[in-house]
Amino acid sequence: MNIHEFQAKEILKRFGVLVPRSIVATTTEEAKKAAQDLGGGVCVVKAQIHAGGRGKGGGVKVVKTPEEAAARAGDMLGKNLVTHQTGPEGRKVRRVLIEQGLNIARELYLAMVLDRAQSRVTVICSSEGGVEIEKVAEEQPDKILKETIDPVIGLAAFQCRRLAFALGIPAELTGKFIGAMQGLYRAFDECDASLAEINPLVLTKEGQVLALDAKMNFDSNAFFRQKDILALRDIDEEDPREVEASKFDLSYISLDGNIACMVNGAGLAMATMDIVKVYGGEPANFLDVGGGADKAKVANAFRILLADERVKGVLINIFGGIMRCDILAQGVVDAARELSIKVPLVVRMQGTNVEQGRKILADSGLTIITAETMAEAAEKIVNAIK
Amino acid sequence: MSILVNKNTRVLTQGITGATGQFHTKACKEYGTQMVAGVTPGKGGTAYEGIPIFDTVDKAVRATGANATVIYVPPPFAADAILEAADADIPLIICITEGVPVRDMVKVKRFLAGRSSQLLGPNCPGTITPGECKIGIMPGHIHRQGTIGVVSRSGTLTYEAVDQLTRLGMGQSTCVGIGGDPVHGFDFLEVLKLFNDDPGTEAVVMIGEIGGSSEEEAAAWIKTNMKKPMAGFIAGQTAPSGKRMGHAGAIISGGKGTASEKVKAMKQAGIHMASSPADIGRSMQEAIGK
Repeated sequence: MNIHEFQAKEILKRFGVLVPRSIVATTTEEAKKAAQDLGGGVCVVKAQIHAGGRGKGGGVKVVKTPEEAAARAGDMLGKNLVTHQTGPEGRKVRRVLIEQGLNIARELYLAMVLDRAQSRVTVICSSEGGVEIEKVAEEQPDKILKETIDPVIGLAAFQCRRLAFALGIPAELTGKFIGAMQGLYRAFDECDASLAEINPLVLTKEGQVLALDAKMNFDSNAFFRQKDILALRDIDEEDPREVEASKFDLSYISLDGNIACMVNGAGLAMATMDIVKVYGGEPANFLDVGGGADKAKVANAFRILLADERVKGVLINIFGGIMRCDILAQGVVDAARELSIKVPLVVRMQGTNVEQGRKILADSGLTIITAETMAEAAEKIVNAIK
Repeated sequence: MSILVNKNTRVLTQGITGATGQFHTKACKEYGTQMVAGVTPGKGGTAYEGIPIFDTVDKAVRATGANATVIYVPPPFAADAILEAADADIPLIICITEGVPVRDMVKVKRFLAGRSSQLLGPNCPGTITPGECKIGIMPGHIHRQGTIGVVSRSGTLTYEAVDQLTRLGMGQSTCVGIGGDPVHGFDFLEVLKLFNDDPGTEAVVMIGEIGGSSEEEAAAWIKTNMKKPMAGFIAGQTAPSGKRMGHAGAIISGGKGTASEKVKAMKQAGIHMASSPADIGRSMQEAIGK
């Protein structure tokens, strides 16, 4: 789960990382007042959406007066901001962050990520702050510095010092720099984050170390113990169908095609999307109904799939292990009747109780196209929507 | 012959009194697996399907000589269950539970370092040596005894692949699901090394998916070390970047972990790659020249 910049900064502040003074505004009046409250001088107006690349997209503007802050906020609020991460339709800006201007001396990059190969959290930093880190990693890999963190010890002071010296942090700021690093690690660890990034971390001419931007992602598996984090979820930033699916514990991802897929298991669901493509079709979604889906879950999944107007056909691919094919078939038949499905439906079932399942489909009187194999199913649905 | 488990494996179930634990313990017992003990704290002294239940793993191991454990306990308690099993020095720990927080797994891996226990999972279907021992949630009836090793990050896609192999007359030595989480126990590489050294395995199917770099790391090793023919498939060739595709570990981030990179690395290592998931069995036939 992602959160907004202003939310990430509130978390960082709690862990001792300094952030610039800032105020969230949802109207131009609020933006003006915020700029006044911050002293009336130079401010930055920043669009709050869950996507990177805001600066290049016009979502970050430096202003000199409260009036200008109101004007720039007015340019952003209620409009769709397009960045390289939002897709061509962009994201609607519902709030802006008005932030005090700083006298920046240096911009650095600092982040905590999971290193999967080592099964450890790793701190990554770079002297090249304020730019895309992927680009730095590609073009100047020697500018990327890393330290692997032992989960029992935490981020050790010697590791921070090693990084601080390598980055050439002035001696009088080393303490503050280490404080920011350790604060970021503690925030990452204690909040069950999957990414915590400060880009840039700035050194000011006045000798401060502050997080000018902040991004955090969280491990949704840990929400049972992170209620405060879960409360930061902004469903306006998510695909409405994905939000609806999550209510029924369905794993759903919206895609661009027109063949809806319903599958049990994540690997098989991805493979089903792949085979649709092999036969010249385009999947409309990824949907994993899970190992032990019951009739109600199948019905809800169906409803969500059919709510997508682009869908021209539905492909169901189930390998019944724990899930019995007869139960699935009954769920499909009931849902197809209830929702009076108007697009072609191909069902491929294999595994436990497959014969009973096929009989239920055959006896239903519904126009259901059945298939024995994945390949046959993909070919049939692609042909059916032509 | 086989790897990891065989007819002599004595299995303990942690979380035996929950619905999932009961269902699969029964199914594994019916398959012929020696299910020798169960653990549920507070239920010690009782039994399920004739299997004695203990309060702690330590007691269960001492009383029954269990040498493998399978964990079905809910996500908030799963990491602790792994620690308890490792503390009791059980050689093979299989964690089926889906949804264990990454932070817990990072600590678990630290705890396991230098110990004798080996972990499979979490968020995996388990492992099966057909006709001898099934530990986990896979449907037993699709498997046949044979000489093809299977290693995969997926559950149902593995069943699909196994089904294809069985229908084409290729039985399996052992099938291992390493799971879909970013931090897990056995990786492709470790399982492939076991298959390479197993006289009962003649060829290996490897099924990966987007996210991480385990497939690439395994491919680098395969290129110079693997003595046996291999077939493979990578799921998620059409998956978009930045979206978690069901499995916690199945995500392309920062342009890394794409299917095309993995397919390329595996092809270069000499693996017969299926371009369609329907052709995994056929690719295996090609690999062994059948």
